[in-house]
Amino acid sequence: MAAQESNDAPSENARYPGGNGSSRPSAEGPHRERGTRVRRQRVRAAWLFLTPMLIGLAVVAGWPLMRTFWFSLTDASLSSLGGAQFIGFENYLVFDNGWYGILADPLWWQSVWNTLYFTLISVSLEAVLGVIVAMVLNARFRGRTLVRAAMLIPWAIPTVVSAKIWAWMLNDQFGIINHMLLGVGLIDTPLSWTADASLSMWAVIMVDVWKATPFVALLVLAALQMLPSDCYEAARVDGISPVKVFFRVTLPLITPALLVAVIFRALDALRVFDVIYVLTSNAASTMTMSIYARQQLVEFQDVGYGSAASTLLFMIIALVTVVYLYLGRHRLGGGK
Amino acid sequence: MSLRMLKSILLKIGFWALVAVLVLYAVFPFYYAVVTSLKPSSELFEVSYWVDSIDFFNYAAVLSQPTFLAAIRNSVLVAVSVVIIALLLGLTAAWALGRVRFRGRTMVMMIVLGVSMFPQVAVLSGLFEVIRTLDLYNSPGGLILSYTIFTLPFTVWILTTFMRQLPDELEEAAIVDGASPWITLTKVFMPLLWPAMVTTGLLAFIAAWNEFLFALTFTLTDTQRTVPVAIALISGGSQYELPWGPIMAASVIVTVPLVVLVVIFQRRIVSGLTAGAVKG
Repeated sequence: MAAQESNDAPSENARYPGGNGSSRPSAEGPHRERGTRVRRQRVRAAWLFLTPMLIGLAVVAGWPLMRTFWFSLTDASLSSLGGAQFIGFENYLVFDNGWYGILADPLWWQSVWNTLYFTLISVSLEAVLGVIVAMVLNARFRGRTLVRAAMLIPWAIPTVVSAKIWAWMLNDQFGIINHMLLGVGLIDTPLSWTADASLSMWAVIMVDVWKATPFVALLVLAALQMLPSDCYEAARVDGISPVKVFFRVTLPLITPALLVAVIFRALDALRVFDVIYVLTSNAASTMTMSIYARQQLVEFQDVGYGSAASTLLFMIIALVTVVYLYLGRHRLGGGK
Repeated sequence: MSLRMLKSILLKIGFWALVAVLVLYAVFPFYYAVVTSLKPSSELFEVSYWVDSIDFFNYAAVLSQPTFLAAIRNSVLVAVSVVIIALLLGLTAAWALGRVRFRGRTMVMMIVLGVSMFPQVAVLSGLFEVIRTLDLYNSPGGLILSYTIFTLPFTVWILTTFMRQLPDELEEAAIVDGASPWITLTKVFMPLLWPAMVTTGLLAFIAAWNEFLFALTFTLTDTQRTVPVAIALISGGSQYELPWGPIMAASVIVTVPLVVLVVIFQRRIVSGLTAGAVKG
């Protein structure tokens, strides 16, 4: 019934239903005056409508973030959050017969390096693979819808589940990956993918690439489908090779969408937690900033120190976000 | 001429080979999880690519565990509540951001986008304190509250995008009729926005269903856990003998609903993802 009403609404313009006749805009003057009143009413309503969301965000994001900043300057522990004492920047760096604090902890620097390495490699692979998948999905062929649905499956599987499935496939004794590689003759002894420090990062990257490529592919596919077809016709008529067309025409045109996807993925990768926690737990060779911070916070119960690590991670991501917002600012002002 | 034909045939073969490889790559891990989950435990440690004899033992083992059933209940409760809250708050906010011009709108959009990029771990200690103060620690309530941090921003973002696409005339008619903003929202926009709401609702549901870090940190006992945490914490006699059969069965159980949803609503999900990112 409601849908009926809204469908009729535009045509109701002409014949106002009774009861409201006085407010019919008959002359230019009253109309404009009424317009500003309506406008003011709408702005008030807008803020009223925004309030619940803003309160929600303040409770779950704004306030907790401030508390995390504060905890990072205290000696808070999980059991006595209330009795925290202000200790300045001692969690970050302090000299006490040697340097102590996060910035002097080699494990922190290793987790920073691991995070950057993981982000760089996995996002690059996802971008390349994502473009390939998008190009395939953009072609016209029988069963395209089915193939697209299949491509979405990794994205839909919970991260924890995909990490478990891959952990099983990568199992050193019974895993199917070792079985395949042995069968083909690429390796002659089974590899312990998740335990071997030199392999575990690659195992994590493998899982992340598998899971996140569909997301990149979908964003690129959306851009591909908006490309004008005439320049392709022209290129084909001129007999330009498809490879050249891809690098000279397609790639430049989809770059904006690809960049958005890459930035979203990079922000996700910088805060990666689930995959690594399930696949390799707290191993130093795959420890990322999120894993490091949570280990300090929860397992070592050192809320002050862990909050300091969280704060540093937040700063890094905020920096990336600010750069992104600065570059994409013109998008926000547009529209209505 | 025959050379050109040969070339086109080879190209076609190459294309279909590429499609096959990509589909195999995307689907095989899940397929293999299904295969593993259907094997009797005696055959678990022999690698095979298909099931010879179907055995539901692993499913029976998982589903007879009260803690796993409790985890499913908790996950459903949390995800559904999160979707409802995110849609309610998101819809009103989206009307304001998508339909009204006012000072500070860009600022609010920036805040929403900024929050969506928060690393979850950055609010972990602060949120832990909030949850404990509200006495929601180790309860679904704490998770419902904390999941707002990642579902609300993208709900607002996507709904705003869809809201902006609707024609102005609709609302002008309602205004001329003297309808209040609330009536306009519920009677004019909501009926037209339901596809967008289904999309955002689905994305919020999937995000809440899959969440791990908060669920791991803000719950303590087996009966309060959600599915991802329950699966991550399934353990055997020692670290080296995980019960892979039941783990794979549990994985399949919690993933099948999502895969079905994604296959049915793939068009909507794609439009939601692209509206959230590209047009933002």
